[in-house]
Amino acid sequence: MRKQFTYKALRSAAIASAVAAAAMTGATAQAKDTIKVGVVSFLTGPAAGPFGVPGKNGAELIIDAINKGELPAPYNTKGFAGATMDPVYTDEAGGNSKQVAEYRNLVEKQNVDALIGYISSGSCMAMAPVAEELQKLTIMSVCGTPRLFEEKLRSVVFRTQGNAVGDSIAAARYMTEMFPDLKTYTGINQNYAWGQDSWKFYSLAMAKLDPASKASSNPQFPKIFSGQYSAEISTLSLDKAKVVHSSFWDGDIEAFVLQALVRGFFEDKKFVSVVGASAVDSLGKKFPKGVVMGTRGPYGLLTRFDRSRPLNNWFVDSYKARYGVYPTGPSYQYAKAVLYYKLGMDKAAAMAGKFPTQDEVVAALKGMEFESFGGSVKMALGGGHQAIHEVGYGITTWDKEKKAPSATDVKFYSAECINPPEGTLAADWLEQGMPGAKC
Amino acid sequence: MQLLITILLDGLTYASYLFIVSVGLTIVFGVLKILNVAHGAFYAWGAYASAYAITYASDMEYADWIGFVCIFLAAAAVGLVLGMIIERVILRHMYAQDEVLIALATFGIFLILEDVILLVFGVNPYFAYQPMALLGRIPVGGISRDVYSFTLMALACIVAFSCWWGLTRTKWGKLISVVIYDREISQAMGINVSMVYLIVFVIGAGLGALGGAYVAPTLSVAPGFGIDVIVLSFAVVVIGGMGSIPGALIGALMVGILRAVAVHKMPELELFVVFAVMAGVLIIRPEGLFAPAKARTI
Repeated sequence: MRKQFTYKALRSAAIASAVAAAAMTGATAQAKDTIKVGVVSFLTGPAAGPFGVPGKNGAELIIDAINKGELPAPYNTKGFAGATMDPVYTDEAGGNSKQVAEYRNLVEKQNVDALIGYISSGSCMAMAPVAEELQKLTIMSVCGTPRLFEEKLRSVVFRTQGNAVGDSIAAARYMTEMFPDLKTYTGINQNYAWGQDSWKFYSLAMAKLDPASKASSNPQFPKIFSGQYSAEISTLSLDKAKVVHSSFWDGDIEAFVLQALVRGFFEDKKFVSVVGASAVDSLGKKFPKGVVMGTRGPYGLLTRFDRSRPLNNWFVDSYKARYGVYPTGPSYQYAKAVLYYKLGMDKAAAMAGKFPTQDEVVAALKGMEFESFGGSVKMALGGGHQAIHEVGYGITTWDKEKKAPSATDVKFYSAECINPPEGTLAADWLEQGMPGAKC
Repeated sequence: MQLLITILLDGLTYASYLFIVSVGLTIVFGVLKILNVAHGAFYAWGAYASAYAITYASDMEYADWIGFVCIFLAAAAVGLVLGMIIERVILRHMYAQDEVLIALATFGIFLILEDVILLVFGVNPYFAYQPMALLGRIPVGGISRDVYSFTLMALACIVAFSCWWGLTRTKWGKLISVVIYDREISQAMGINVSMVYLIVFVIGAGLGALGGAYVAPTLSVAPGFGIDVIVLSFAVVVIGGMGSIPGALIGALMVGILRAVAVHKMPELELFVVFAVMAGVLIIRPEGLFAPAKARTI
């Protein structure tokens, strides 16, 4: 009798444990009405106006549209695997230590399901290890340093924006094709990962594409957000180099343009800006004509009026109607990251036949190819975690009819033309002369 | 020679900017013995007020020279309003407290004022380039230079002369010197020390605001504008000696010229040079180059 009782008790306990375990496991995979996602961008500081707020607006617009199922087909299914997203907008300003604390707060106290965002390469490099430690899905939307995936493969970190390698090679290709007579170049780039990488890859690409070209021995690397460039403009003006390369962004590009413009700098030098299109929009007619301008992808200035497709048209029109201005690069980049998350959630849910776990979403996101607002995106590098896409450049002008800034001589370079193949370090690929580039 | 002229002018431009923003800080410390971290906020408010007024004047299609009027009015308004409110409402109740506590209070004021900027002006940058564009450029040393930077140098000279003249040639200057020497004796002699403190604080705030207001046309005036400048101002003031106006002038010149040399000859040292100068001076003269002599009290 006692033996029978013990057996029954053990069997009951085992069944109870199994049910409890199943319930706990199922908790992560149960259908949810709402998911909570941290959306991080600069909401204060000098980067807020030109980058952070347009980025947040882009995310906000598309989150609302997805929650209501109002995106154009084929993305018009409602929600993220059916769940409504509840975004938690968080400020990226304040330095990396603060960001690490904010990240932990979002994950451990606010229990977000994922994070989307980060503009500064410094932020991305600091957050990636924390994301890996906490094993929280993080989709980085804007930052550009290639070190993020070249130094280490990541398991839960993705980036939907192409890196500085593609931006720099595209710039070098554009300059060698459009201005073959301008053989000498110098640069002014911010003194941190993004600025240093941009200059490094532009110089490497120029050396291979035009061996007769010559880099200045005195490129400038001022502190980010320094704002005063009188001495740097003098140095660049005295330099014999005809071309000036810059990856300035945020308020720095605007301050530089204002200070350089009055000194006639843009009349003497051909200025190549990798990511200064936000300043073209903010300065409007005041922005100098003839600047070689990139947007880090098929976004904003370069595709605003020319790339007519339902998703892009919807985005431009909806954004203009809601915020009163045209979407800029960061608006597109944040919207793209949110769209990518939706596609991953939907795909994982379809494959699993239930609300997906994070592991299932990560598997679905890895290596995905999708059509975004301006063009297609392939998660082809970093083990399927790093995006590649086309990158274009054009020459700034003012469209009198539309009364808006515009670009002429726009050229786009395909993703495979400006990015190394998977498993190859960008610097090595450039040193070898970019073998296998499909242009 | 061409390079030398360029380095000299770049250095003087930067030094002028540094002097204007740091002289208010050193005056307040010299008289009130307050390390005023809120000085960066006065700078930012001056820049915002100036940029807003210039943009408004431009939108109303007033002549571009009105922009210069806007700059000085904005600086005066910010100095007067913020300076008076902060001194009368907060600082006057704290003079008996420890200096560290007062510094922390001004840090709090700085943070509040920075956030109020976001509420009042939003996050989008302001571009008030009209005064700089109006003056155009001239060729000097083989390159074009903006005339506006020469007016910045002239303004720095006027501020330096006004400070010297005001402190040494006027009744109020002598009163301030007496208060610096001994507050209690001054009070016993019938000097309205409270009023002296208020006037000096308003002047300091106005000079900080003037720095921001005058450089606003050259910059993208955006949130976080005052953070870097407070670090630079402290470096200049520490080099010259806390509370010394000639010290602020020499400190600004040293930093400005050496930074310009670094930018032209060794750009990788640009970040380092300001603080290298500060460290070097502090090793040799911990009280700074021109720290005012302290009175012995028995």
